[in-house]
Amino acid sequence: MVAKPKKNNMLKRLSSPAILSIASTAGALIFTSLILWMAGAQPGLTFQKILIGAFGDSVKIANGLVVWAPLSLIAGALIITFIAGLWNLGIEGQIMLGAIFTTGAMRLFENSSISPTLIIILSCLVGMVGGAFWAALTGILRLYGGVNEIFAGVGLNFVATALSLWLIFGPWKRPGVGSMSGTEPFNERLWLVQIPGYRLSIWSLILVVVVYIGLFILLKKTRFGIQIKAIGKNLEAARLMGIQTRKLMMLAMLLCGALAGLAGALQVVGVYHRLIPSISSGYGFLAMLVAMLANNDFFLTLVVAYLFSILNIGGIQLPINLHLDSTLSGVLQAVLVLFFLVMNGLKQRLMGRKERSRDAE
Amino acid sequence: MQSELLIGLAGVIASASPIVIAAIGETLTEKSGMLNLSVNGIILLSAMSGFIAAYDTGNLIAGYLAGMLTGALIGWVLAFCTITLNQSQVAVGLVLAFLCRDLSYFLGNDFMGFNAPVLHSTPLPFLSEIPILGSLFFDQTPMVYLSLLSIPVSLVWINRTKFGLILRSVGERPEAAFARGINVNKVRYLYTILGSALVGLAGPIYSLGLKPGWKGSMTGLDGIGWIVLAITIFGGWNPFRVALGAYLFELLRWLGLVYQIKLTGVPSQVLQVAPFPLMILTLMFVNMKNAEWFESFISLLPPPIYRFFSLKGKRRKAAPSSLGIPFRNV
Repeated sequence: MVAKPKKNNMLKRLSSPAILSIASTAGALIFTSLILWMAGAQPGLTFQKILIGAFGDSVKIANGLVVWAPLSLIAGALIITFIAGLWNLGIEGQIMLGAIFTTGAMRLFENSSISPTLIIILSCLVGMVGGAFWAALTGILRLYGGVNEIFAGVGLNFVATALSLWLIFGPWKRPGVGSMSGTEPFNERLWLVQIPGYRLSIWSLILVVVVYIGLFILLKKTRFGIQIKAIGKNLEAARLMGIQTRKLMMLAMLLCGALAGLAGALQVVGVYHRLIPSISSGYGFLAMLVAMLANNDFFLTLVVAYLFSILNIGGIQLPINLHLDSTLSGVLQAVLVLFFLVMNGLKQRLMGRKERSRDAE
Repeated sequence: MQSELLIGLAGVIASASPIVIAAIGETLTEKSGMLNLSVNGIILLSAMSGFIAAYDTGNLIAGYLAGMLTGALIGWVLAFCTITLNQSQVAVGLVLAFLCRDLSYFLGNDFMGFNAPVLHSTPLPFLSEIPILGSLFFDQTPMVYLSLLSIPVSLVWINRTKFGLILRSVGERPEAAFARGINVNKVRYLYTILGSALVGLAGPIYSLGLKPGWKGSMTGLDGIGWIVLAITIFGGWNPFRVALGAYLFELLRWLGLVYQIKLTGVPSQVLQVAPFPLMILTLMFVNMKNAEWFESFISLLPPPIYRFFSLKGKRRKAAPSSLGIPFRNV
């Protein structure tokens, strides 16, 4: 009788979030080391090169933040849909549409007499509309068309890719001949103000903070937040409770799309200053892993997004330094999430067995 | 002109063969109630591993086996995480899809541009001499024959055998199957591994035949897996319809290539990616039939037309009712 609660305590402590994340990280590092060893590389040296690649000098640290800002925005956007129980795989397309709409607006206003600041703000807003529009299509297909949102989203991603390629090689092509390097860059006065010497803009960082405060209030303190949580937990029960499930799920999609569109807009006005074929850089799918690993927790999402940005930046120089492909970062990121899921499952199994055996007594 | 068309169509049948096999594999998995979203990653990873195995041994069979083994391994990981560890099928499937894709690019990096053996066509005696049909179906590689054969075999397996009955019962009414003494989760494990092995066979069919060699992200296989998933679902989990979907997709791709020369107004980059959205949009509109509003809309039409479109009383497109839902026998 005395020993039992003690044992239970130990089990609880073993399955605390901190231990779990340490165990997942260790598992992921060991697995990645094995992969590196298979590829004939030295794991220690590789990890060291990744760290140097991410923190070697101030430009690299700033570049980490350049990735972090859009990644955080997109992961935050995805949390809304994840909480509502929607797997919004169309996020890539929503980012692209945000970028396309922003580019369109910039081209429209470029030679007008409106002040540059206003043009940038207007174009970003148009980008948000673009992202929301693409998300609305997924939402309509899911809620009124009977098409699962995973496949509607993936399908619309293909459409968005085709659309941006058509624009880059067709109507918006550079003078002369269109190329994979994208559309003609904008006039420098229409670039988002950057910290001198870096690609980083302070405005995108401020935007992340503002959006996260807004998201926190929206999801934790408002009726909307509680209702979409109810929908995500049990759609049928929420409907029976009198929640307007369709309207709210649609709203969740629209909000997510608008924020994804904003991230796409920032990539255009703040990083590339033009539309390029791979404007989303795969951040949409990466953000999906971020939100999964952070378990939809806002603060953790920001931390994980930073960790993933470091890995992305740190991996860039692997091909030059060690003749390894830079997709190693992607492997490490995905393995982390996989091990997190495995550890989570092991914990539930362990706790469940404990409970079941207690029930039997 | 006619022979040009014939060669083109024979090419469509050949290039659809990996999609047919992968989609039938995914159909078997989903029939048991498991959703395997990692198809895209498995195809890439098995294309890479199959290519390396064939390159190292100089043996094509080794390549195909390595691809299937890769697929089976990923299928086991998915089954273990979702059935044994009770994690979300969507989450694990997605993570595996991204993991396998990056892993294939990373591990295949050292083998880019190497030459491996390539599977050649072996015309079947007598059959290949039949006019038109002969050159369409019987002057192909053994893997194409396998893909053609897999359609009737899987149809009979699912609908006419005892094993198929068990498979369907596990996917439709797992509780009832459990009550009849069937080990539901064991069956799901088996079909997830089997289905993934078939998906894994699709990879080497590309890297040892249709698109020989491994060229990393330039191999052009990224995205095929999502088409396979879409074809499976919108094909209504019926191997015959699923195969038709695969042929339709490759037909679109072929038309894109043909018109690339004739339509100079449209950039070629657009024509290359156009079949993907076109296919998915087509499938979506076909699937619209399942929506409630469609049913209520066509009920306003004259009875013969209504009867033609209505799905009431027909169950041809219904998803396995426990698809994606875990089963726990306490």
